[in-house]
Amino acid sequence: MRTRRRFLRGGTAVLAAVAVAGTTASVLDEESARVNRTGQGRPPRGEAGEPFDETYKGRRIQGWPTDHGHHGTGSGYRVLIDGTELHVMLNGDGTWVSLIDHYEVFATPRALARSAVDNLAGADLVPRPAHR
Amino acid sequence: MAVRKNQSTLTSTEKREFIDAVLGLKRSGRYDEFVRTHNAFIMGDTDQGERVGHRSPSFLPWHRKFLLEFEQELQRIIPSVALPYWDWSTDRTPASSLWATDFLGGDGRSRDGQVMAGPFANLAGNWSIDTQVDTRPFLRRALGGGGRALPTRADIEAVLAVETYDAPPWNSTSRGFRNLIEGWRGVNLHNRVHVWVGGHMATGASPNDPVFWLHHAFIDKLWADWQTRHPASPYLPETPTENVVDLDSTMRPWNDVTPRDMLDHTRFYTFDT
Repeated sequence: MRTRRRFLRGGTAVLAAVAVAGTTASVLDEESARVNRTGQGRPPRGEAGEPFDETYKGRRIQGWPTDHGHHGTGSGYRVLIDGTELHVMLNGDGTWVSLIDHYEVFATPRALARSAVDNLAGADLVPRPAHR
Repeated sequence: MAVRKNQSTLTSTEKREFIDAVLGLKRSGRYDEFVRTHNAFIMGDTDQGERVGHRSPSFLPWHRKFLLEFEQELQRIIPSVALPYWDWSTDRTPASSLWATDFLGGDGRSRDGQVMAGPFANLAGNWSIDTQVDTRPFLRRALGGGGRALPTRADIEAVLAVETYDAPPWNSTSRGFRNLIEGWRGVNLHNRVHVWVGGHMATGASPNDPVFWLHHAFIDKLWADWQTRHPASPYLPETPTENVVDLDSTMRPWNDVTPRDMLDHTRFYTFDT
């Protein structure tokens, strides 16, 4: 029963992630169009990163695209480690950093999540404090 | 006027006074305000939006002001204290006296990264991690983890040779001195040192490790060295620019200090060399 519930919960998360990815695509298209119109910068390459959901070294890591700038991360992407949000950020060249590795860039959010698990060595993330 | 010295030249009395002042600031709760401020800026500064403390031209004047405030707090506890700097191109191994137990303490142990010796070891009772990214309450390091190496003097020279301070789009993709020293492009100076120390220094809450101040005091000195080499190169941008702090705009969180106010460090302190 426990296994079945876990499976169902995982399945729902993936479905939700796919649905969110669908909405995000149009938001990103609008954003790209705006960026091109204003001629400022360029649409970041890695923004519409693929969703992922896997167990890495015994920890559940999940990631999926969100509305641009949602949750105040400015990244357009959410990453969870065992259900707790890891703050991530998109660099101008399409690479990524996280709160755990804030001075080292990663090609994908999945690579960043795996590195955070390595760093945590079994410890839990502290939920992000509310903005003051 | 404070004289900021190379950490390798400090007397044992100077080391003890620096440590005592830092521990005093920690006890008072004021130390963690610095950690929280840094963490808030590093999470809020984005390439695509408003950016002040990092990945932007004001990276150098923002940290100069941040270090000044910290140094002034230390001097309220012990007036003779000045921030030392760590020239990581010279003192480049975990065997350096910087990491001895009478100063910053050593590497973290391999199992969990915990620093086990020195005044900032959690076991010594004076240093708990209160502004956390994860649930571990002890200071962590992984010096040179993954076989990484610190930048060399040649790497520093290559960056100091660049004439232009910064360039559009004024973020982590820019060409110019500021982004090369910050490390998002090129040989990578500042970012690489954070990663080399590892543990808390690799995270947004990096000031949890007191080596943060010695690292940034050296980055700050390299800015001064660059100014000496390129006296005709101004801080850029000089005119109002979206999301970026120009020469005469104020910087958060102080709102009463501009990059121009920070250009001449000799108003506040000098260096030993």
